[in-house]
Amino acid sequence: MRARPVACWLLAAVVAIAGCTVVDAGGDNGGDAGGTLATAAQARPRPLQQGSAFAPASLRALQADEFENPGMLWVARGAKLWQQAEGPDARSCASCHGDARSMRGAATRYPQVDRASGRLLNLDGRIMQCRSERQKAEPLAWESEPLLALGAYVAFQSQGLPLRPSIDGVARPFFERGRDRYQQRVGQMNLSCSQCHDSNWGRQLGPETISQGHGTGYPVYRLEWQGAGSLQRRLRSCLSGVRAEMFPYGAQEHLELELYLAWRAEGLALEAPGVRR
Amino acid sequence: MVVRVRIPDIVRRGQPFDVRIAIQHVMETGYRLDHSGRTIARNVIHTLVARYDGVEVYRAELGSGIAANPYLQFWITAPASGVLELSWVDDAGVAGSERVPVTVRD
Ligand code: HEC
Ligand code: HEC
Repeated sequence: MRARPVACWLLAAVVAIAGCTVVDAGGDNGGDAGGTLATAAQARPRPLQQGSAFAPASLRALQADEFENPGMLWVARGAKLWQQAEGPDARSCASCHGDARSMRGAATRYPQVDRASGRLLNLDGRIMQCRSERQKAEPLAWESEPLLALGAYVAFQSQGLPLRPSIDGVARPFFERGRDRYQQRVGQMNLSCSQCHDSNWGRQLGPETISQGHGTGYPVYRLEWQGAGSLQRRLRSCLSGVRAEMFPYGAQEHLELELYLAWRAEGLALEAPGVRR
Repeated sequence: MVVRVRIPDIVRRGQPFDVRIAIQHVMETGYRLDHSGRTIARNVIHTLVARYDGVEVYRAELGSGIAANPYLQFWITAPASGVLELSWVDDAGVAGSERVPVTVRD
């Protein structure tokens, strides 16, 4: 119901961007001054700015108010789930991890490579792993309400701390694939992530101001969703906006993009739960 | 149903103070259709009542125009220490309530 009109303006606005980036390559954002994709590939937007900095003032105020921020309802639910005993051994997250304050800083280091399996895990993936392999409880599905709640609760413990992902060693190939995908033009609009979030941040796209495309506020509460959603849900919106095929939840493509996004945002503070339009 | 309620740390006898409440709820409008074109039944929290030591001090009637996860703020006064009880019910008949002890100071 709410999503339909949005899709229409996005289509129109995207055509405008696709047209203007050719003339405008490099824009005035300093990120890719040469206008070539090769230089943009290595660049972080400068100065780095939170997603909330591009949101309307009313939403910034909503996010900043620890009580009014609707994302805090997910944090509150996560706090309950953290204590809830599950599985054959009746263990809760707290049985192994104690107070959730022990998670302070954890969210700043994801996605990361799981030592045992060599797989790239984001924070949700780690929580799902703990839930099914360690707690031995019924697995949590991607984007399910309990997973969003636990993810919001764990991420909230790191609010205000700078992102510091590792892209070295075993993480390197994942990072490189994410970086390349970020530059790759996709969809009927034939646009890359970089064309919007490196070359055109600060510009208007329909009712939205294009941000630098950081994941620091996720999971966010989005008014359009009337609920909370993960970074992957947001990336699916971006892909659908350019009429590209959306990756399924949990797909490797998502995780690699997330690692690249974390590297791009290194040093920015986590601001989950964010509030977006 | 997750609920968060907040009152000020210090409540003074006879002085108005604000009560803030946020409830996690879909607030389904009744105007939307599902994938097969059927109307999704309305399910909103239609009534929320606040009682102070059993006496009704606030009542809200909500409808389809209220966004998901409603947030309400209202002002009341307390003559003495007591218990603020908030209760609400949605179209599906699911009810919730929350009790908040209030300590009044002079
Ligand atoms: C047509 C332009 C466009 C393209 C292409 C695009 N996005 Fe976006 N993106 C947006 C808009 C508009 C928003 C919502 C406003 C905002 O926060 O930037 C957004 C939001 C985001 C956000 C959330 C920012 C926040 O703080 O909430 C992230 C992260 C993001 N995009 C990443 C990507 C990635 C990764 C790609 C490539 C797969 C991509 N985007 C492709 C336009 C685009
Ligand atoms: C049986 C014990 C156990 C239970 C129960 C458990 N965990 Fe864990 N958890 C671990 C261990 C061990 C690790 C370290 C894994 C590693 O580093 O390879 C871990 C790691 C984590 C991490 C990553 C921390 C970091 O610094 O990277 C998160 C997040 C986490 N758990 C969340 C949860 C949540 C949420 C729950 C409840 C749904 C939970 N865990 C239940 C044992 C447990």
